[in-house]
Amino acid sequence: MQESNLGETVQKLGVVISGSLTRGIEVKLDSSASVEDMAVGRYVIIHGQKRRFFGMLTDVALGVADERINATPSDAADPFLSTVLSGTATYGTIHVLPMLTINVAGDEQGYQPVKTVPSHFSPVTVASQQDIEMVFGGEDEKRFYIGNPLDMETKICLDLAEFVKRSNGIFGKSGTGKTFLTRLLLIGLLQKSAAVNLVFDMHNEYGWEGRSEDKGYKVKALKQLFPEKVAVFTLDEESSRRRRVSTDAVVKLGYDEIQPEDISLLRQTLNLTEAAVQATYRFARHFGGKQWLDAVFRMENDEETRELLEKLDIHEATFSNLRRGLEQVRRLGFLEPSAQQNPVDRILGYLKSGVSVVLEFGRYADLTAYMLVANMLSRRIYNEYREMTEKALGEESAHPRQLVITIEEAHKFLNTEIASQTIFGTIAREMRKYNVTLLIIDQRPSSIDEEVMSQLGTRITCLLDNEKDVDAVLAGVSGKSELRSVLARLEPKQQVLIFGHAVPMPVVVRTREYGSEESLKSLVEGRKEDTSKTVDEVIKDLWG
Amino acid sequence: MLENQKTGEVIEASTSGYLAQCYELYQSPALGSLVKTRGDNNLEIFGVVCNTSTLGIEPGRRPIARGKDAVSEEEIYRSSPQLYKLLKSEFDVLVIGYSVEGRIYQNLPPKPARIHGFVYQCTMEEVRLFSRCLDFLSLLLNARVEIPVEELVIATLREMAKSYGIERRAFLVGAGKELAVLLSQDYVRLKTILKGLRYDAGE
Repeated sequence: MQESNLGETVQKLGVVISGSLTRGIEVKLDSSASVEDMAVGRYVIIHGQKRRFFGMLTDVALGVADERINATPSDAADPFLSTVLSGTATYGTIHVLPMLTINVAGDEQGYQPVKTVPSHFSPVTVASQQDIEMVFGGEDEKRFYIGNPLDMETKICLDLAEFVKRSNGIFGKSGTGKTFLTRLLLIGLLQKSAAVNLVFDMHNEYGWEGRSEDKGYKVKALKQLFPEKVAVFTLDEESSRRRRVSTDAVVKLGYDEIQPEDISLLRQTLNLTEAAVQATYRFARHFGGKQWLDAVFRMENDEETRELLEKLDIHEATFSNLRRGLEQVRRLGFLEPSAQQNPVDRILGYLKSGVSVVLEFGRYADLTAYMLVANMLSRRIYNEYREMTEKALGEESAHPRQLVITIEEAHKFLNTEIASQTIFGTIAREMRKYNVTLLIIDQRPSSIDEEVMSQLGTRITCLLDNEKDVDAVLAGVSGKSELRSVLARLEPKQQVLIFGHAVPMPVVVRTREYGSEESLKSLVEGRKEDTSKTVDEVIKDLWG
Repeated sequence: MLENQKTGEVIEASTSGYLAQCYELYQSPALGSLVKTRGDNNLEIFGVVCNTSTLGIEPGRRPIARGKDAVSEEEIYRSSPQLYKLLKSEFDVLVIGYSVEGRIYQNLPPKPARIHGFVYQCTMEEVRLFSRCLDFLSLLLNARVEIPVEELVIATLREMAKSYGIERRAFLVGAGKELAVLLSQDYVRLKTILKGLRYDAGE
């Protein structure tokens, strides 16, 4: 047993026997520590002579002092022999990736990146709860409790203020709980008022209520938990009404708001040829930016049309291809020839007053609608935000609130081909210049543009099994090869690996449970601002 | 054993060991048992019995068989009582440590045992005290003795284990682990010794 610096006894695991800064540290396990208790992803502390090293367990192996033991393995069946041999002639080793060091002299916030290795035979212990709390900090008005490390009760808290300063990503193959996790994070952002959110909710999971995947029970979502901080907009009034969602506005978009760039983004989804896309620009130039789409819809198969096509140098086949593609757009029920209200202004109004907006897509949960609407609205909102920020800079007045835009199926918007054309590529690249960042949700990170990935400040990943996806998520991270083995061994549900700016070091977290009454109460009670209703009243409203 | 039993007298001595003669025939201590004798300056020298022999007193005169007409072995001795004077029992002791001023050192002593020094069997408490430290094992393993070294180690540890009562398994496991480290490059030897201790360690 070893005494930690706080006097509590923690189990000694073993001693350092070899290693290097680039490849990590090898630790030989004592006979008292069973190899089978070592789980990849746990934290350990290496007590060097001058520093303590905080590290993560990334590999476990078996070793023998004399190879001849392997030739007669049956000896180990004898209990006396196996007790004597374990830890001496046969032993386990663990591989540790050091992540932080702190001087033994114990400065308060003295955690620094690792620049050296511990000396030979430094003892290694399991990290205690206090150790982890010291590194990750406790829950406070900026830090949101997101879950626990493996086999521990300590709370791991994300620094949300840091989190929203940059764009971030949530990754994982389907079924691993990305939606659950996103909802939890959004709740955190609302609870701590870290940012105002604009969520493009493709499958109606975040606004009012969602479904838990395995058990199929309903889970209260943002608006039910924070009614005065969230507004739900919908593209499909009927669907929302059927699900008894309390919506604040119905969004209708007009043809006059759609620009050639928006169609160009949909090239693959609508199966348009390159020439067809070019044609849209020519039509826009000819008819004018606001009228072109309506005009194209109105074009008949007559002489006038043929003349126009010749004039604009557009091939007939190209035009048919374009018409066919645009028909899919026309069928979208939320589009009208010209919109009555201006949804962008309404959304902005809410955002400016600190109310988050969730846009439900109802039955329009297909890629065409999603990409079109998300891109259009984001583009306009981003431009507004840019103006507001520049104005604030000029007048030295308050900047607009930090805005986080949540988009799903991000690889459709941010693959290398399209990334430069969408507003999301721009937002990701410009970082926090204009107080707008992204929260991207995706299951194919390998399809996302490399530059965009490198701009993500914090990455939260669930289990990924595709090699390329794992490579993409870990691109540019130090200790990448070790983290791979940790990532590959996450449980399929409720376990995530978090690394990046919002955490002091990579951590495997069992995400906080959310859905039961108890858990919801704790989420609501953690809210930052005082509202007009007391917490008790809010709880009463929710559960009667 | 609560008080030291006198078990023999030193008749030859050198730094690494000594030869002792028993007072009674066949009364030598068991192989591997821990014995002590006095050295110079109130030094106590600890050793383990590493060989026992019974032979004729005179080097030239060897015993001859006498039991052709005897019914039992006891009858031979009864009818020839002079045998008790003509035979002697001796035992060799391998030195594995010494103590001075209450402190035990598990190395060879600065000066050997004294001729005619009394050899005493160590009490259980003395055995426990001595065997708390296992450094003597490396002395044992490198000893030059007439019997195989593995046998001596097995005998020594078995004898020591007897002093531990119900804790003898823990003692043997500890000794076994120390041996595993010392014999890390010689698994075959280690296995031989551990197998010899298996039953004493059984629960």
